[in-house]
Amino acid sequence: MSKHRAPSQSVFDSELLKNALVEAFKKLDPRSLWRNPVMLAVEIASCITLVTFLLSLTGANREPVWFTATVSVWLWLTVLFATFAEALAEGRGKARAASLRKSRTDVSAKRLAAPDFSSPQTTVGASELRKGDYILVEAGELIAGDGEVVAGAALVNESAVTGESAPVVRESGGDRSAVTGGTTVTASAIIIKITANPGETFLDRMISLIEGAKRRKTPNEVALEVLLIALTLVFLLVCANISPLSIYSVAATGQGSPVSLTILVALFVCLAPTTIAALLPAIGIAGMDRLFQKNVIALSGRAIEAAGDVNVLLLDKTGTITHGNREAVALVPVGGHAKRELAQAALMASLGDETPEGRSVVTLAKQQGSLLEVLPTGAVVIPFSADSRLSGVDVDGVIYRKGAADSIVTFIRHQGGSIPKELAEKVNAIAHAGATPLAVSRDAEILGVINLKDIVKSGIQERFQQLRSMGIKTVMITGDNPLTAAAIAAEAQVDDFLAQAKPEDKLRLIKEHQEAGFMVAMTGDGTNDAPALAQADVAVAMNTGTQPAREAANIIDLDSNPTKLLDIVLIGKQILMTRGNLTTFSISNDIAKYFAIIPAALVSIYPQLGALNVMHLASPYSAILSAVIFNALIIPLLVPLALKGTKFRPMPAEKLLIFNLMVYGVGGIIVPFIGIKAIDLGLGLLI
Amino acid sequence: MNTSDWLQTLFVFTVLLLLVKPLGAFMAKVYQGERTLLSPLLVPAENLLYRICGVDKDDEMSWQRYAIAMLLFNLVGFLALFALLMLQHLLPLNPQGLPAFPWQRALNTAISFTTNTNWQVYSGETAASSFTQMVGFGVHNFISAATGMAIVIALIRGFARRKTASIGNFWVDLSRGILYILLPLALVAALILVFQGVIQNFSPYKTVPLLQTTSFEKPQMDEAGQPRRDAAGKPLTDPVVVDEVTLPMGPVASQEAIKELGTNGGGFFNANSAHPFENPTPLSHLLETLLLLLIPASLTSTFGIMVGNSRQGWMLLAVMLFLLLVSFGVLQWAETSGTPQMMALGIEGGNMEGKEVRFGIAATSLFEVATTATSCGAVAAMHDSLTPIGGLVPLSLILLGEIVFGGVGSGLYTMLAFAVIAVFVSGLMIGRTPEYLGKKIEGQEMWMSIVTILSAGIVVLILSGIAMITPSAVAAMANPGAHGLSEVLYAFASMANNNGSAFAGLDASVNFYTLLGSLAMLIGRYVPAVAILAMAGSLGSKKYIPPSLGTLPTDRAPFALWLTLVILIVGALTFFPALALGPIVEHLTMRGGN
Repeated sequence: MSKHRAPSQSVFDSELLKNALVEAFKKLDPRSLWRNPVMLAVEIASCITLVTFLLSLTGANREPVWFTATVSVWLWLTVLFATFAEALAEGRGKARAASLRKSRTDVSAKRLAAPDFSSPQTTVGASELRKGDYILVEAGELIAGDGEVVAGAALVNESAVTGESAPVVRESGGDRSAVTGGTTVTASAIIIKITANPGETFLDRMISLIEGAKRRKTPNEVALEVLLIALTLVFLLVCANISPLSIYSVAATGQGSPVSLTILVALFVCLAPTTIAALLPAIGIAGMDRLFQKNVIALSGRAIEAAGDVNVLLLDKTGTITHGNREAVALVPVGGHAKRELAQAALMASLGDETPEGRSVVTLAKQQGSLLEVLPTGAVVIPFSADSRLSGVDVDGVIYRKGAADSIVTFIRHQGGSIPKELAEKVNAIAHAGATPLAVSRDAEILGVINLKDIVKSGIQERFQQLRSMGIKTVMITGDNPLTAAAIAAEAQVDDFLAQAKPEDKLRLIKEHQEAGFMVAMTGDGTNDAPALAQADVAVAMNTGTQPAREAANIIDLDSNPTKLLDIVLIGKQILMTRGNLTTFSISNDIAKYFAIIPAALVSIYPQLGALNVMHLASPYSAILSAVIFNALIIPLLVPLALKGTKFRPMPAEKLLIFNLMVYGVGGIIVPFIGIKAIDLGLGLLI
Repeated sequence: MNTSDWLQTLFVFTVLLLLVKPLGAFMAKVYQGERTLLSPLLVPAENLLYRICGVDKDDEMSWQRYAIAMLLFNLVGFLALFALLMLQHLLPLNPQGLPAFPWQRALNTAISFTTNTNWQVYSGETAASSFTQMVGFGVHNFISAATGMAIVIALIRGFARRKTASIGNFWVDLSRGILYILLPLALVAALILVFQGVIQNFSPYKTVPLLQTTSFEKPQMDEAGQPRRDAAGKPLTDPVVVDEVTLPMGPVASQEAIKELGTNGGGFFNANSAHPFENPTPLSHLLETLLLLLIPASLTSTFGIMVGNSRQGWMLLAVMLFLLLVSFGVLQWAETSGTPQMMALGIEGGNMEGKEVRFGIAATSLFEVATTATSCGAVAAMHDSLTPIGGLVPLSLILLGEIVFGGVGSGLYTMLAFAVIAVFVSGLMIGRTPEYLGKKIEGQEMWMSIVTILSAGIVVLILSGIAMITPSAVAAMANPGAHGLSEVLYAFASMANNNGSAFAGLDASVNFYTLLGSLAMLIGRYVPAVAILAMAGSLGSKKYIPPSLGTLPTDRAPFALWLTLVILIVGALTFFPALALGPIVEHLTMRGGN
């Protein structure tokens, strides 16, 4: 299968950068900055420095023109870097949305009066279609809107949505009836009942999500913003407090001058948590974008963050934990027959069996050496029937059969044959190990048993181990009997399993876990999964799934690969961590900024405070400028980190906290000391 | 520190730590309505009280009802005290015939005692009658403390309860706090204090002859109030001999016990716990130090028990104890080191200015750290006379938000608000929606925690700024310059954080400080209190999320360390510039020899 993913874009693609720059200037509009109050405050601060600069031109300000000018320029750059970071994150999404939109070009549809191939047609534009309309789509035509196949079956190319170029079957009834607007029918004709009005289709939702148009702040973002706004307010008051205190100190000591407005504003911007506030919108948007790169669409930001909190993961066994089909892994002869003899019979009984299980028996039998590998002419293939529950072949009067042990026993008894004593024992041994025993017979003799096993995907144990170390419990859901389920659960190393699961069992399991306070994630694709999906906190529907399943979910996996949940969980955690780490970094930076600005601002009043100038910055002006420039430059320097997200290592919470505190907390204290000193040295060369 | 200093310090902390668990468990039982040793005696009294007041003790309140009950009760208490102070001259037990308070002072004092601040713009011996002390201040010492405890208990219930909208009954919590906890402990403490020599009487003030008379020259004044001068322009003086002294009397011991126990701090006398009738011996001094810390420290244990994980309480206690010990160490070091200026004069043995010789530097440092760490504000030495760094210690302890043990109840709830913030940031850092004690921390909790920890700081920043450009406020400073700035900063910090101790050296009786100070005390007390109750309501209605490997344990060293850092960083970032212009520059100046 070939894939055409969106080409991976580097963070600094020149076209993207250009567009982002234009957008960044547009976002300086206070009406759009309103959503980010901290940066709005910085913009107001920048306006004030612009005024002080103009005043210093007229000589009404005692500070040198170059100083007020430089401070003003760098404060404006601080705001611009923030809007640029957001624009850049959005730009990546927009580029993707544009490619999606191409497939939504207004197509025409053949509307039918009734869901009947012979009913009269009218040709209408896709935008005129409403819920409940029936349309006919024939080979080579684009499907005009989301809907459900009500008649016929067709091959549909869904690459416009999924990037998967191999067409898939869509047919009426069953779990494969959903079709997505913008995909193409490649063969045959179908009648579709439209299930979404124009503008509300899956593709529309995807586009608007990717563009970030409908992006609402998540509860975590809101809570973090509360903290940032409060800190900004406190720093505003701190700076306002310095003014009267310095006025008094000047009066009391009779020397120096009160701290100027320019310096107070510069101090305020440096102290306010600008780094995190500037990058906050970009972090969320980039998170959605990273998910999209993994071909996963989150229908809300809340869903991704909830994924980071998941404690319980419900996974369908088939296709997720095990390969979809069982495989023959061993041949166990009974009644004194040779293994080679059993292999030959098993091979014969399976040559006509085109199921994956049958093919795996052939493969296994062939490993036993040179056997007759093709069906002789005149062989009669007996397909599996629900009646006899056996399959096989009749060759030259020899009857080869395979099937469940009890069916074979009935069949042999009927033929007048005897049942080997150890058969029951061997069959039970295989069943107890969680595998499926298939008995093989030749004429009226039972030759042995084939061990058919669910094959657990390689490497799955490590993934569950990772999940466990993150505190996430995995529960396998299967329709198998408890014995088989237990054996597979043990092999895959899941924490728990639900055997013989019916839809209501899944729903109950989710409710029980939620009642106990857990966040539950589950994957599903069938209509019968829909109630459970709707109940789960994080519900991932496969794109190949049915419309009800997709509607009940809040995350859609376009690749229909259930292990994606792991990636989704990781991205959810990454988004939160990036926010937390940058917040800590941003606030830790303030310590160095205080040591740069406070002595510089107050040294004229109290020369003794020069002792606090631990960085030995060249002059008060240079010290303040260095802090302002550092504060601005750190934003673009951290943009790649905000877009990529900080690394998540699966480890216990406490270790992770210590690790991140060392990197972003201690690092956040040290880095600005070095940065500010370096900028000060650089300025020394210029001035 | 010499051996006796070490022993005294060790004694206080050993006894404190031994008492934390039993007292904490006892308080948990009391507030959960379980049977205790005192039940046979007090349950009938409690029930009688409810019958008289018409309280249904099983009537659970929503946070709004709880808050309204608390506010109304405090309002009535304030009005009663205000009226009492305005009518003091008409009331009994006033052998000295003391006059009524002027309204500004009555307002400030009534708010001060209602809010558990006990900032005093009057001096007890010359302004307050025994009736005022007992019926006015004494009663408020009990009820303001019990109010603080009720609020923290409501918050603890918020953490402990699941999907419950109610947080308890204010009247029941208030009554139980007074009946079972404050009254019995205060009774025992008062008896020990009397045994140590603290006075307890209703006598008129006594005049006694001095053992050693002193004399001085008093300038003669003319009718216009100008000094009279002789022909050479030298002032004319009369010799005066002082051979007797007036000793104020009153019911001191009963007041003293609850003053420390309820972290109130309003001294019976102006000199507060430095006065020999309030604090006569080293033993009474150690007992009073212990009483300051006793309930705030034990409440951490109550918290641990009520949320079902005693380690959570120990963790908070460890953070508090760490900050207290570091502060004590710095203060002790600063005072023992003295100043270069004193050394130059040949004064050895550290800075004894403003301290009582019967206590010495170590025991004094311990008391001053304890009284500013808790929001008590009783003093056994004059903070204005501490070295710059020495003065920075009590000032910082107050500015951190009164969380190092803090006031009874208020200290723990403010600390829990810090814990919520620390949990939030650290939760994000490990990639989870933050949760504390199984409760998700969301926007509502963040708002309420931030309001709780920042409102006092915001008040200090605004009011100290206004003071520095208001002539009457500046004129009230005794020591203009960096030290005067410290005095103003300390005054507002003390009032806004409901501590009540004074740096002294500032004439706080001018209207600027009495009126704005009253505002500071009100905001500092009730804004956080209501925010905490709102948070209790919000937490209580949340479901419980059991911990998993992905949950950050909040009862272990890494989180304790992080919490300590958050407290220090928030405090440092908020007040570094102001402190730089006050104690820090003063210290640098002193070291520079100026």
